[in-house]
Amino acid sequence: MAVTQPKVDAVIVGMGWTGAIMAKELTDAGLSVVALERGPDRDTQPDFAYPKVVDELEGSVHHRFLQSLSRETLTVRHKAGDTAVPYRQIGSFKPGTGVGGAGSHWSGCHFRALPEDFKLRTTVEQRYGRRFIPAEMTIQDYPITYEDLEPHFDHFEQVCGTSGKAGVLNGVPQQGGNPFEGSRQRDYPLPPNRNYLGAEWFYNAAREVGYHAYPIPASNASAPYVNPYGCQMGPCNFCGFCSDYGCLNYSKASPNVCILPVLRLRRQFVLRTNAQVLRVNLDRARARATGVTYLDAQGREVEQPADLVVLCAFSLYNVHLMLLSGIGKPYDPIANAGTVGRNYSYQNLNRVVMFFGEEVQANGFIGNGGAGTTMDDLNGKQLDNAKAGFVGGGIIWARQPGAGPVRGITVPPGTPGWGSAWKRAIKESFRHSFYYEVQGACMSYRSHYLDLDPTYHDAFGRPLLRMTFDWHENEIKASQFLVGKAVDMCKTLKPRALSGDAKKTGSHYNITQYQSTHTCGGAIMGDDPRTSALNRYLQSWDVANVFAPGANAFPQNNGYNPTGMVGALTYWAAKAIREQYLKAPGALVQA
Amino acid sequence: MSEAKADSTENATNPLSRRTLVKGLALAPLAAVGLPGCNTPSSGTPESAVAVDGRRYTPAFFNKEEWAFIVAACDRLIPHDEHGPGAVELGVPEFIDRHMQTPYASGEIWYMQGPFLEAPAEFGYQGRLAVRDILRVGLGAVEAHCRTRFDGKTFATLEPAQQEALLKSAESGELQLEGISSRVFFAELLAEVRNGYFSDPVHGGNKGMGSWKMIGYPGMRADYTDWVEVRDKPYPLPPVDLAGRRG
Repeated sequence: MAVTQPKVDAVIVGMGWTGAIMAKELTDAGLSVVALERGPDRDTQPDFAYPKVVDELEGSVHHRFLQSLSRETLTVRHKAGDTAVPYRQIGSFKPGTGVGGAGSHWSGCHFRALPEDFKLRTTVEQRYGRRFIPAEMTIQDYPITYEDLEPHFDHFEQVCGTSGKAGVLNGVPQQGGNPFEGSRQRDYPLPPNRNYLGAEWFYNAAREVGYHAYPIPASNASAPYVNPYGCQMGPCNFCGFCSDYGCLNYSKASPNVCILPVLRLRRQFVLRTNAQVLRVNLDRARARATGVTYLDAQGREVEQPADLVVLCAFSLYNVHLMLLSGIGKPYDPIANAGTVGRNYSYQNLNRVVMFFGEEVQANGFIGNGGAGTTMDDLNGKQLDNAKAGFVGGGIIWARQPGAGPVRGITVPPGTPGWGSAWKRAIKESFRHSFYYEVQGACMSYRSHYLDLDPTYHDAFGRPLLRMTFDWHENEIKASQFLVGKAVDMCKTLKPRALSGDAKKTGSHYNITQYQSTHTCGGAIMGDDPRTSALNRYLQSWDVANVFAPGANAFPQNNGYNPTGMVGALTYWAAKAIREQYLKAPGALVQA
Repeated sequence: MSEAKADSTENATNPLSRRTLVKGLALAPLAAVGLPGCNTPSSGTPESAVAVDGRRYTPAFFNKEEWAFIVAACDRLIPHDEHGPGAVELGVPEFIDRHMQTPYASGEIWYMQGPFLEAPAEFGYQGRLAVRDILRVGLGAVEAHCRTRFDGKTFATLEPAQQEALLKSAESGELQLEGISSRVFFAELLAEVRNGYFSDPVHGGNKGMGSWKMIGYPGMRADYTDWVEVRDKPYPLPPVDLAGRRG
């Protein structure tokens, strides 16, 4: 028998970054909020406490902080017409679960998008002509500008204690920052972290080839910090357990450290964990949500009525919930109609590893998830795309989130995978190698999308989400171009050996290798309800009391990590709810 | 404990070779796994390291024949040599036996529902076996192959060169096995051997933090505030483990 909970003003699905931000903003506005998190509750104590948290077998093999695919996963295929098969083991991307979500096991890279990233189609058309964009490429402008988001980028950095160096302050270039960034109203709340060897040498390599290196903005605190909510952070001690792990040190920004300490004290905020939302309930006309139905910890179906439903699950699962619930029209690539599932995109990540002699103390085990060095000379408007031969750019960076032997030791090309030769190679490589990576943009295409799988189901009996995605020639060209530039940089450092992995012509998306958790799009924001699922306030065009903040809203992906953008978009949407929607509930933009 | 230091005392001409050790292990009764007559932990030879802490491990997941296979495969995949300790002396067989009894190995975090379709390699393992079953079915299939191909012999009793050749052909997928892809089996076996070799000793392998000492990994120190910007000398401290033991 279904249980019905008392109605609340707002129900939030998921307690990662977007859920925590929304819960804070909506309770600030006086709303009663119930948050439903599918995983367990988590906090620094006891879940991320030393030494238990730094167990590599638990973190990086058993994936204790990631979602178990036995309950929910998706299927993947390269193109329409193929039969999709399940993502059975964690590989290509790592959705989180539990309070904090992927925001507790992320690394900390915290970028703002460039002003031109918001106007991608317009910028490309103006610079290179309409014909430069392949017909099947469905890139769009954001319905908002960098200037719209600037206050929210700023606020999210303040909440996260982001450590970095401004490049352009109120229009004035600043020495040491990114000279190509959009203008900022103030500097980062904390100065950059100190450089490990690879980050330090990046400056030398960049100077050799004429690039403008700057510190990666990192939400890994470089000094003691108290954020605007009164939440405390301690300086990062470079423990080397960032990606895959919760922070043992209150140093890496997370919902758990930066927002939940305030939320947990609020009476009008209720957090229910182990609460698996199954669907959003709609009225008969499918124009209004009445609440959500979830499975509670003991497996009962519970209905939670609410006036406002905010989907704050991981980007893929926001799209999944919309498709399962009948919010908006599913995208059909053949008819090129419908919006939910449209414009799925990813990230074009490539790595170049450098091996040195034993006199070079790279010490990869010393790690800080977000900190490092990068440059924007091949990103945004700096890149001559006509000459390079593809749309989109990317960044090259030195990152060192922390290496451990269970996570794998890269060895020079040609080394066997076992036996004495392998032992010798890991011994020589472990402390004396480091890598630079290319993080490239990923465009959206008519043929890359998300829908419901016709065959496979999750543990709750619902159809799995199906991803149709492969590397397009454009991204393969970008990979080859950018990796070539990265190799040029690496060679100036004179390593004894190098291994690089630019995508080969004709190669396909491989779901077994970790690349990036930056899965984007599927429920994108736009100005046109025919080509976007959400309006400029991340509100569903079709069901006005449903908002869906997250990377699902990106029309395509740029060369940066998405979290800075995701946080800013969520604050932007929350502001619209508080200042506009609550006064007159309904569509904030007329279709 | 000083098994890592023992490296230098061992070389290929040592009359008490690894092979003798492994054969001894494989043939010993389950209740007395370890090398008969060589269970003094501090003798400084790799043989002694099998019975680290004076304990003898009795496998609870693998049967006798499977255990012999695992021990022999561990010794081939990460042998004791001049570079450092081997998988057997670091207790990797024990790790694997224990690891096979965890929820992870029975498929807790994998999607295990059918249908199970053939798919290109880019989509990963699409079969219906969990880790522990991949190992068990796979090694059974290799044993069956050995019996046919080598006149009734088991993998553990083959010459090291024959074992190596078999493992190589499994790695490449050339080895045709009944009921399982040799490539899938090998990849999972190697992953488990590496996991056991490198994981914290609390999980049963990496006895005495031997692998961490070999590669210069400080283990679970998790605080390098003082060493981020040091360039001119190697990191000075030996490893610590989760239990707080210093290497």
